[in-house]
Amino acid sequence: MMLPRRSTILGGAALAAGAAAVPARAQLTIDMTRPTFEPVPIAIVDFAGDRVGADIANVVRNDLQNSGLFRSLPPSSFIQRDVNASTPPRFPEWRQIGAAGVVVGQVGQAGGNIKVDFRLWDVVVGQQAAGLSFTSQPANWRRLAHIIADAIYKRVTGEEGYFDTRIAYVAESGPGNARVKRIAIMDQDGANNRYITDGRTLAVTPRFSPTLQEIVYMAFGENRSTPPRVYLQNVDSGRRELLGNFPGMSFAPRFSPDGTKVVMSIAADGRTNIYEMDVRGRAQRQLTNSSAIDTSPCFSNDGTQIVFNSDRGGSQQLYVMSASGGGERRISFGEGRYATPVWSPRGDWIAFTKISGGSFGIGVMRTDGGGERMLASGFLVEGPTWAPNGRVLAYFRQQPSSAGRTGAVTLHQVDITGRFERQIPTPTDASDPAWSPLIPQ
Amino acid sequence: MMRTFKAFAVIAAMIVMAACSNQQEAAAPATTTVTPGSVADFRQNVGDRVFFDTDMSVIREDGRQTLNRQAEWLKKYTQYQITIEGHCDERGTREYNFALGERRANAAKQYLVAQGIPAARIKTISFGKENPDPPGSDEAAWARNRRDVTALQ
Repeated sequence: MMLPRRSTILGGAALAAGAAAVPARAQLTIDMTRPTFEPVPIAIVDFAGDRVGADIANVVRNDLQNSGLFRSLPPSSFIQRDVNASTPPRFPEWRQIGAAGVVVGQVGQAGGNIKVDFRLWDVVVGQQAAGLSFTSQPANWRRLAHIIADAIYKRVTGEEGYFDTRIAYVAESGPGNARVKRIAIMDQDGANNRYITDGRTLAVTPRFSPTLQEIVYMAFGENRSTPPRVYLQNVDSGRRELLGNFPGMSFAPRFSPDGTKVVMSIAADGRTNIYEMDVRGRAQRQLTNSSAIDTSPCFSNDGTQIVFNSDRGGSQQLYVMSASGGGERRISFGEGRYATPVWSPRGDWIAFTKISGGSFGIGVMRTDGGGERMLASGFLVEGPTWAPNGRVLAYFRQQPSSAGRTGAVTLHQVDITGRFERQIPTPTDASDPAWSPLIPQ
Repeated sequence: MMRTFKAFAVIAAMIVMAACSNQQEAAAPATTTVTPGSVADFRQNVGDRVFFDTDMSVIREDGRQTLNRQAEWLKKYTQYQITIEGHCDERGTREYNFALGERRANAAKQYLVAQGIPAARIKTISFGKENPDPPGSDEAAWARNRRDVTALQ
């Protein structure tokens, strides 16, 4: 597959002209850490030059709107209809409808590939804020749109984007006592959904390798008395292999940030401990040795530490240890039980599931356990996963079952402030989301 | 009028039965006409499941009675291997519940071994919260889902 190539479009005359009179504070920026802010009103014009241009604009609108940080103005409100990618828009006509930014683009052909130019115009100061050009295979048009949305997000928020990513999850169907659970992967916005396992056996807890080439997950055997084990599967070829051959059951796998190792839990004789396995050499090493339940291990973003949950102190709490084992220390001390810790890719927060007072919550705490903050709650919410910019989380939500009807299970995202929450659409019931890193370009 | 009263009476009786279902599981059910030594015999006359308190893997008194009957039966019918399946209610996280189910299955295994069943006859497996029976989101369903099920092979 030919990956998108990018180059920067220079601002040209408009940049030079606009640089003279920049107000102290432009409105095409947003500080996500402020306690309150208004979404940035942005106008995304259908890209010109090819039919796919309107589709690209739609994907960009959808990405930005779904972040909660932007308000995509309806194209029917646009006054200037003859805007094009190479000349500045008539800024007063965009100010008139309240836009802070205008996105325009042009699609062209380049020897069997498509070439997409886009520019983000800052309407407030009247100059170009971003401009990039991409060449790729026509089939990659959705990825191009996500990359453009990421560039706009970065220019406006100062944070890396997260739209050119995928989400692996467990697709669920069937009645509660005979549920089919299979691993699926889709684009972050729900497009290009495909199934990675066939559903003949129960498969859960998918996690991406850093390159997105492989996933690890737990699956049961064909025979009901065969313990479930951790599998490593190539996403494109579908080839899968058992990861380690332990006597008991193995579960809760997760890659190290460099992709060379997988940590997981092994349960045997009533004890559950954490093990590490070298992905290439298959050497395995025991990292905890307790008579308790030690599970849900997750590496720190720099790979030097592991956070996990354990009931060694009587109730399920979060602990941090060295990535080579040892130095275990408890970090969660609030009311209730803490589970499924995941270390932010930026290293500043640990997200978790909390069970307290008969309900479930998704929260974050600093890596030393301080600054705990809850972001979502409900009858059952579980399993946070970080978008690669560390500013957005996904998790799953299950409604209560009643009268033999299984409650709906759905994926959701929430930003780190807890302000903006939305459901991520999936074709079936869905649990265990795993957000991928940015797709390598 | 009579019909309405009848319907109420049936509902009332069902509620009473539901309320004492745990004790009924624990007591040896009435003998039926199944073949002695069959899987149906084990399920109906011995009892294939034991129940646990929330987040616990301690075998309760009612569970000990069931496991005592299982041990006696397994000593008589030595042709069977067993797999003890540990299960959990939905009020825990998925990964933790895999571990908790394993701990529950292992607790029953240890009890049976203590009653003289060779460990080599017993496999354990955990289904965590993936296999509710019955599915449901109330205390009654959760109490029945926190269970070990002894399957014969």
